[in-house]
Amino acid sequence: MKPQLSKSGRPGESRSGASQSKTRTGDKFQAYWAHHRIVAIESLMRLLRTPMQSLLTWLVVAIAIALPAVFYIALEQFQTLGERWQAKPQLSVFIHYRAREAAIVQLQESLLTKASVASVIYVSPEQALREFREQSGLGNVLETLEDNPLPAVLLVEPASTHASPEQLDALREELTQERLVDDVQLDMEWVRRLHQIMAIAQRVIAALAGLLALGVLLVIGNTIRLAIESRRDEITIVKLVGGTNAFVRRPFLYTGFWYGLGGGILAWLLLVIGVAWLSGPVTELAGLYESDFELEGLGFVETLAIWFGAGVLGLFGAALAVSRHLHTIEPT
Amino acid sequence: MIRFDNVSKRYSGGKDALSNLSFEVPTGEMVFLTGHSGAGKSTLLKLIMLMERPTRGQVFVNQQNLNRVRRSQIAHHRRQVGVVFQNHQLLFDRSVFDNVALPLLIAGYQPRELARRVRAALDKVGLLDKERKNPIELSGGEQQRVGIARAVVNKPRFLLADEPTGNLDPALSADIMRLFQQFNAVGVTVLIASHDLALIERLRRPVITLADGQLAHDGVKAREAPVV
Repeated sequence: MKPQLSKSGRPGESRSGASQSKTRTGDKFQAYWAHHRIVAIESLMRLLRTPMQSLLTWLVVAIAIALPAVFYIALEQFQTLGERWQAKPQLSVFIHYRAREAAIVQLQESLLTKASVASVIYVSPEQALREFREQSGLGNVLETLEDNPLPAVLLVEPASTHASPEQLDALREELTQERLVDDVQLDMEWVRRLHQIMAIAQRVIAALAGLLALGVLLVIGNTIRLAIESRRDEITIVKLVGGTNAFVRRPFLYTGFWYGLGGGILAWLLLVIGVAWLSGPVTELAGLYESDFELEGLGFVETLAIWFGAGVLGLFGAALAVSRHLHTIEPT
Repeated sequence: MIRFDNVSKRYSGGKDALSNLSFEVPTGEMVFLTGHSGAGKSTLLKLIMLMERPTRGQVFVNQQNLNRVRRSQIAHHRRQVGVVFQNHQLLFDRSVFDNVALPLLIAGYQPRELARRVRAALDKVGLLDKERKNPIELSGGEQQRVGIARAVVNKPRFLLADEPTGNLDPALSADIMRLFQQFNAVGVTVLIASHDLALIERLRRPVITLADGQLAHDGVKAREAPVV
């Protein structure tokens, strides 16, 4: 053989070694972030290069996110309404028909001494009749009655420290025991029922949101799977020339994030437009009920939550697809 | 140094691609690998690239026992081995420059240093004026040179080539071989699989000849291997 073994590369080897080590750790770190930026932009550009296809995915994601968000907004509005009504729980204490006024006033005073009672208003039968006549518009009907059919009522407002449902029940029980009292109505019942219904609705919405989030995960996962398939050659070559799995994964994860974020922004747009479209009629309807209720849109935090929640969802969908399909592509 | 110690490779089909193969390519050497098709040339190169694992025996690259290289370290191992493929394996969705830049991008080079090295590599293979072109616009010989530029751009210690002149006419083949000789001259260990026997003859370099997965003729120092 030729005398090649004598030049067996020691100088050459140290040379190439030295030049390879030129990439210092700091430089590598910088280059790492630079690469992230490049990949982020490139993967977005790739999506924009096939606008119709990307738009379809974005729309699917947007609808899946907007749907539970609509229910969520509706529920929020109901809750605000409910809180307004709930603000002052009140007990209507109906007095026996034959009770004397002096005894009623005495009862009123004794009730006021209780710690659980904040105020007691006495509404005499005459007063009740007057109010009924003014407010109901049935004055003419009342004219035909000989006697006043309305009982005297004590309107009891519980102290704010004694306003839990159990305490209110106890107070009602206590009032019912009074000799003069015919019946006690807690004006809270229906509010509590409303709350129960809303608790159920909340869970239904959460379940729906969970299912639709799973749908988004699968849709984006499938889209990424197709993207991986269409870039099989590229993945093979990158792996052949020393690309790590993280390097190969990166563009697909960014693509998933863009699909999610784009869908989130689109969903947010749909919601903003929807709220604007509905708020006029809703305010008018509320006006007819003599309420100043207004439809509230999405706040800043909720907006961010929708945008980036969707983005993270997309990222997870992509991670799912990548973890399942990328390792099957190896150079052969 | 590339060393095979009693390496056997049996594919799941039951066929022995390599059986009990031992040889050593010393550092800085340029060696040809020949043999009829199916003799195990590609398998041998794949074992060095860790695209396959041996069924038995050990492969050493630069003192590193490849059996000890874990999956997660394969990428780093491949960075010190440049490979030139018969079918070039170029990406047609990007320019010649970006094709050559790929290994540097993976290794984490700064853009300026990256551009400098890519241009140096392209200059070396005589394609500096084609850097903006898409490889699909280039001839077969030019595409092969792009593949070579990509293989050497990261200054690997080892350069493998699988039939690099397979589809080229004799003049172009000679050009490509001259390039390999130049890299070898600066200390790169080169292993070229080829069945272009006339060309190999002319270059007067050590030759490893495979037949049915065994060493038929060893022009390099044989290790415990029968020389037929």
